[in-house]
Amino acid sequence: MQGWLSILIMIALGAGFALISVVLSSFLGPRKPTPEKLAPYECGMPPVGDARERQSVKFYLVAMIFLLFDIEIAFLYPWAMALRDLGWNGFAQVLLFIALLLAGYVYVWRKGALDWGGDQATARRRSTIGD
Amino acid sequence: MAPETLAFYAFGAVAVVASLLVIAQRNPIYSVLLLIASFGALSGLYVLLDAPFVAVIQIIVYAGAIMVLFLFVVMLLNAPHEETEYDERVHPLLRPGPMRFGALLALVLAGELSWALTRSGDSGRFPAGAVASVRAIGRSLFTDYAFPFEVTSILILVAMVGAVLLARREGRG
Amino acid sequence: MVDTLVIPLLKIVIVLNATLVAVTYMVLLERKVIAWAQSRLGPMRVGPYGILQPVADAVKLMIKEDITPVRADKWVFTAAPIISMVPALIVYAVIPFGPKITLFGRQVSLYITDINVGLLYIVSVASVGVYGIILAGYASNSKFPLLASLRASAQLISYEVAVTLTLVSVILMAGTLSMVGIVDAQYNQHVWYVIAQPVAFVLVLIGGLAETNRAPFDLPEAEQELTGGFHTEYSGMRFALFFLAEYANMIVVSSVVTTLFLGGWLPPFPNTPALHFLYAIPSWIWFFLKSFFFLYVFIWVRATLPRYRYDQLMRLGWKVLIPLAILNLVVTGIVKVMLM
Repeated sequence: MQGWLSILIMIALGAGFALISVVLSSFLGPRKPTPEKLAPYECGMPPVGDARERQSVKFYLVAMIFLLFDIEIAFLYPWAMALRDLGWNGFAQVLLFIALLLAGYVYVWRKGALDWGGDQATARRRSTIGD
Repeated sequence: MAPETLAFYAFGAVAVVASLLVIAQRNPIYSVLLLIASFGALSGLYVLLDAPFVAVIQIIVYAGAIMVLFLFVVMLLNAPHEETEYDERVHPLLRPGPMRFGALLALVLAGELSWALTRSGDSGRFPAGAVASVRAIGRSLFTDYAFPFEVTSILILVAMVGAVLLARREGRG
Repeated sequence: MVDTLVIPLLKIVIVLNATLVAVTYMVLLERKVIAWAQSRLGPMRVGPYGILQPVADAVKLMIKEDITPVRADKWVFTAAPIISMVPALIVYAVIPFGPKITLFGRQVSLYITDINVGLLYIVSVASVGVYGIILAGYASNSKFPLLASLRASAQLISYEVAVTLTLVSVILMAGTLSMVGIVDAQYNQHVWYVIAQPVAFVLVLIGGLAETNRAPFDLPEAEQELTGGFHTEYSGMRFALFFLAEYANMIVVSSVVTTLFLGGWLPPFPNTPALHFLYAIPSWIWFFLKSFFFLYVFIWVRATLPRYRYDQLMRLGWKVLIPLAILNLVVTGIVKVMLM
């Protein structure tokens, strides 16, 4: 538990440092707001419309696949630690596990979820995933 | 009070308060952030229970992956505020449709929880250090729980296919 | 009392301060090395050879006007740089700079703590680091930061998969998650993991470049297309925090790669009796030399390679690194079981 206490102290000190420097600079710095200065930066032009528009569904897809891989990997840590006790039996189990993961991975790949445009070949194959 | 007890109450308080604020928020981004705070506090509780592996996995999977997905969805859909189509003055149980269903589910959950808590007793007590060692977790996961483990991979496979299908463009492919 | 509270606290304060100083000088080093790569001199005005430049930068950023754009979400806008900074700092809790040594007749370990899930702790802290970027983009409520933060977070999570998958091979080799344990394992197995796991080494190094938004993966800050990237709207100290966090993360990646693959504090060929005179150099100096090497490589790469295009970046992450990581894992597993 001692080690975790150190980590807690570190989180507190780190956050404290960041917070204090932000607060301090707000006292030390000048403050001369003008409407132009406070406007969103769009290369010097007056800002057009709202920034918060709907974005490509691709990002959702990447986050979803990432999440699924992350869960898979979470299972692999205890496996890697225990492999010396488990032997071929444990290895075979994870091989099956990874094979199923690879099936999903190949499916996602073939459906073009991992393509982000670019060259012509991928652009043609990309058909099924919306932007 | 022992420092561990104190820490337990501190983390517990953060978890409960943050969770309550999650549902009290109108801005979905704030809800997501508070939920992350709640997960962080839960992870602290796991450390106190001498289950450091569960604690870090809680952060990696829940705070680091699931909440990123939530945040993405909120940003992609860009719903600035919860839409309130119902009459605020009417009691939740009397509101039409999904609201009533949600309130009903909450009631069922509360009933279930109190039932489980009153009869928990000595069940499910682990021998000391059973979850402290990642190696021990690995051993039991791949011997006693081998079948559920393999089923998980099928679940994940289904989720992958589902995600791609959901993101598919209408009318093509 | 002294052993349980004073010494850990002292170590934390020293490490945090050393990190912050190292980070500011890392900025100077980068400017210098890139300048030399381009036949320039770099900063020369503040102090001899510009060595006081970081001090001047810090003062300047401190007294600059800190602007909050009118459309921004004020609270999240302030929280984002802090959320970025904290994970970059707290990773050092589990980095071993050296083994236990005797100092003034007292056993002192040259690391803050050695929790038994050290490596996973690093992974978990890194996985939280992405929020600073997402929230900065969201809170700015401006087009360039929003686009950049979506891009950046998709990049970070993609490469996180490749890196964590690769780390499983290292865990397989070492049979422990403790950072000190991993260095000890390299000593006991008579081999640095850069030799035993060359593929993993390259994967983690590439992944590390991408995770810290460094060139050639610096798309989140691609000046030419996204102006300043996710921190376009930031100024003053809040901008400085993002900047510091990026460089602190570079040092983190160097230290982690050093610990996992270059034997941490161990001298080269630690078990060869003929080379035992190398132990005359203190352990922590070995650690810093190796970490410094990677920091230099990071700058070198930036001075050399052009930036990837976004589709190339995602293709490299998902279609090259991840299959390689899985292959490496399976091969490592087979070898491991066969050697039992």
